[in-house]
Amino acid sequence: MKRNAQDITLSSRRVSRRGLILGGVQLGIGALVLGRMRYLQVDQADEFLLLAEENRIKVRLIAPERGVIYDRNGIELAGNEQIYRVSMIRQDADDADAVIANLRGLVKLDEEVLQRALREMDRRPHQSVTLADRLTWDELSMISVNVPALSGITPEVGLSRSYPMGPDYAHVIGYVGSVSERDIEDAENPDPLLLTPQFQIGKIGVEQRLEDDLRGRAGAMRVEQNAAGRIMRELGRTESGPGADVQLTIDAGLQNFTQARLGTESASAVVMDVLNGDIVAAVSSPSYDPNMFVSGISVPDYSGLRDNDRRPLHNKIVQGLYPPGSTFKMAVIMAAMEAEVITPDEQIYCGGYINVSNRRFHCWKRGGHGNVDMAKSLRESCDIYYYEMAQRTGIDNIARMARRLGLGIAHDIEMTSISEGLIPDRDWKRTRRGEDWYVGDSLNAAIGQGYVLTSPLQLAVMTARIASGLEVNPRMVRSVGGVARPSGVQGPLDLPRSWLDRARDGMFQVVNAPKGTAGGSKFDLAGMKWAGKTGTSQVRNITTAERAKGVISNEDLPWDRRDHALFVGYGPYENPRYSVSVVVEHGGGGSTVAAPIARDIMLYALNNGMPPLDAYPSRDREKVEGILSDLKLNPAISSRTSGTSEA
Amino acid sequence: MSYLEYKVARVPSGLSKVLALNWGLVLLVTAVASIGFIVLYSVGGGSWYWAEPQMQRFALGLVVMFAAAMIPIWFWRNVSAAMYGGALVLLLAVDFVGASGGGAQRWIDIGFMRLQPSELMKITLVLMLAAYYDWLPVTKVNRPQWVILPVLIILLPTMLVLKQPDLGTAILLLMGGAMMMFLAGVHWAYFATVFAAAAGLVTAVIKSRGTTWQMIENYQYRRIDTFLDPDTDPLGAGYNITQSKIALGSGGWTGKGFMQGTQARLDFLPEKQTDFIFTILAEEFGLVGGASLLALYMLIIIFCIVSALRMKDRFSALATLGVAATFFLFFAVNMSMVMGMAPVVGVPLPLVSYGGSAMLVLMLAFGIVQSAHVHRPRAQGEGQLFKR
Repeated sequence: MKRNAQDITLSSRRVSRRGLILGGVQLGIGALVLGRMRYLQVDQADEFLLLAEENRIKVRLIAPERGVIYDRNGIELAGNEQIYRVSMIRQDADDADAVIANLRGLVKLDEEVLQRALREMDRRPHQSVTLADRLTWDELSMISVNVPALSGITPEVGLSRSYPMGPDYAHVIGYVGSVSERDIEDAENPDPLLLTPQFQIGKIGVEQRLEDDLRGRAGAMRVEQNAAGRIMRELGRTESGPGADVQLTIDAGLQNFTQARLGTESASAVVMDVLNGDIVAAVSSPSYDPNMFVSGISVPDYSGLRDNDRRPLHNKIVQGLYPPGSTFKMAVIMAAMEAEVITPDEQIYCGGYINVSNRRFHCWKRGGHGNVDMAKSLRESCDIYYYEMAQRTGIDNIARMARRLGLGIAHDIEMTSISEGLIPDRDWKRTRRGEDWYVGDSLNAAIGQGYVLTSPLQLAVMTARIASGLEVNPRMVRSVGGVARPSGVQGPLDLPRSWLDRARDGMFQVVNAPKGTAGGSKFDLAGMKWAGKTGTSQVRNITTAERAKGVISNEDLPWDRRDHALFVGYGPYENPRYSVSVVVEHGGGGSTVAAPIARDIMLYALNNGMPPLDAYPSRDREKVEGILSDLKLNPAISSRTSGTSEA
Repeated sequence: MSYLEYKVARVPSGLSKVLALNWGLVLLVTAVASIGFIVLYSVGGGSWYWAEPQMQRFALGLVVMFAAAMIPIWFWRNVSAAMYGGALVLLLAVDFVGASGGGAQRWIDIGFMRLQPSELMKITLVLMLAAYYDWLPVTKVNRPQWVILPVLIILLPTMLVLKQPDLGTAILLLMGGAMMMFLAGVHWAYFATVFAAAAGLVTAVIKSRGTTWQMIENYQYRRIDTFLDPDTDPLGAGYNITQSKIALGSGGWTGKGFMQGTQARLDFLPEKQTDFIFTILAEEFGLVGGASLLALYMLIIIFCIVSALRMKDRFSALATLGVAATFFLFFAVNMSMVMGMAPVVGVPLPLVSYGGSAMLVLMLAFGIVQSAHVHRPRAQGEGQLFKR
């Protein structure tokens, strides 16, 4: 577009004129700033010089005591212990090298820590830098006595986080660690405490999620010091406010038993109270000692944990995602009943396989189950029945039911990096994969394979909802600072009782009927029985050729290609109280590996102590006694809990 | 004037562009950055801990500046709207990422550094408004609908930044945008109206404190309190300002000498490598040092204004003046802040404070100023170095 000449001159004149006006204003403001500078630096210089040279007012923060974390019965899970350390201000040392040499004569200094401290002192000669941490009382007194020979060195007493239960709570409570630059940048209005040396904040788990409650409020001490940095007098003091104590819903005894029972398996187990959603135990195995992280973990220790193929640093409770396998089948039958495509008595014929759209889908039982009704389908976990249900019901109905039961939802408990899992449906596959949903996908999903992924926590929630008929949401923190958190159950689940009863009946038969897939894991604790469902999820494809030769058994496969073993259950059957989910990565079969573990955990929960031998069928007692007596339990907890196997 | 009317033959091309650069401005910028290196060396207690990364960033910044200067100014005009849109998307992205990450987040990780989209917005907003007024016929500048549009262009990013929440940057955007509109010739009466409205808003903000419709965050109120009377709370919020004034004041005429500042040495000063870096300079080099830096800053502004006066098209002139105005806001707000003339809002000292985003964005801005300088239309004979 061409513009007329007047327009151009007008515009450039106006820009010039306004530019000059603005420039003038800016010069004026610049002169004001200069004037202020002169006022502060020349007219008031004497006053400020005096303030700077004579009376240096320094604020020393008083770190608050971090809140203590207890289990549901008041057993301390995370506390604070007194530690002794020495720190040094290089500026105040006459001869820094000599002082460090003297110190070396008195206490053992860690070379790595020392080198880091020396570098830090080069950078900040006026700041206090820690030379040695976690000294014994004797070492500290040695230093205190020799202080005249150690100019610039200050012995200090501090508090450090400790986790008396060690590995049991690495994934639940997490740990605290030093404040990183990133932590400071991420904080909107950083607490000055974060900048104080040696201060630690929660890094993962409850420590991280409840950081604001646990940390407390810093106190401050205003002191006047002379030019040499010596404190002349204290001007004022605000005491620190300790952090809020936190009580978890976890039962320390059950947690310890569960951790021990999982042993060295790469596994996870969750126990929930089905009436209020309390998580009574949540274990990911193998675990690690969180105390290592508090004092600063060494590089070999850390790489050992990181490179371990059973991933001890991974919180399998909420981050582990597994195909649920047959534990998904309760969701499928309820979806089918909702869609009114099946009655409990209708029989489906299982001949070992069916052909759907030119593909052959197998039942786990090669010869087939014959005629199968709903109860039998759960009891013997017939896959053909569910292939038929998938075709009749459709994936969208199944997915909706699975979500109502709590699968595919990132239940927000106080853990970090909680995974949502995946309950696939048509919409998901179209938007995320750009492909249409095939009927074969439905068939795989119906037996909890294919795209379906769930976490052990979600499986426990699902089981709790089926068992109680309540809309159970998990809760892991009972109270913060004495204020109770709301219960995880706000009302009944919006599902008819008759559907739930079908699922419960099937689950009862799984454990208690002669042909049930977990028939070897039944118990009878003073009349209390339990119900459950096995699951075995494949992590590899079985080729047609392999199937023709005979499927390779799990024992003959390398560990990381074996099937995952799963079990979900609840008890007592008549009056449900607890739900349990167990996932053993590459464990083999759900009925042989996961079910016995779940059984022992459930018995411990119901008995509120070690499972009594007479609850087991007589044929199992000898074997169980061997397993239970080999467990490495924490004696401090077992003595506190009442029930032992004397019954 | 449209670029089509340029006598492109009279605009330097190829290597002669390098000779046509505003070398005085390059020297001034380098001088200011060098002052920054010296102070950062001192902040590091005589180590390169802070200074070295800053020098690397400045070197990168110089490359960015020269590259931007070589690109014709009409290219920058044509991509202004796209750059503005891009910066807006990035701002939205950090807001979104920040929300889902459970806390406020102002930056995007781009590998070797963290980019703050709000920094980028400061310069793209200037370019956007310059392009807007270049496109808008001068006769329409004061029609209400054509005044509302740029106001929206300013308010959109301001709101996003305020949501982060980053009050300092929001104020800078608002004031920078207002200056652009002023430069473009928007009538005085509009500004008078806005001032009156702003006064009303400030009253409302202060009155709303403690009520259910409280308009800003509590910590922002505390900063205002602290500004009004730092001595009320020297332990907490007033600490920064009190200590910063002591540092400045004790510097005197010539300062305590390089690396001799006791306030800084004893860690009395908060954020001494970023927002409060001016106090170190003033403590160690006194009024002489502080005034020298201020003089260099003002010279940069003057160089930009002089350069703008010779430009014939609105975009070049507005962009140059706009960059100068934004730059002025940076150091004026920062210096006022550390001297207790303005609330502590978290604005860095341009080219001196430790930090990558602000440095690179400013260097890009100066690159565009240089581009306008190099590619300005020349009268016959002007700017011709060698006679053919």
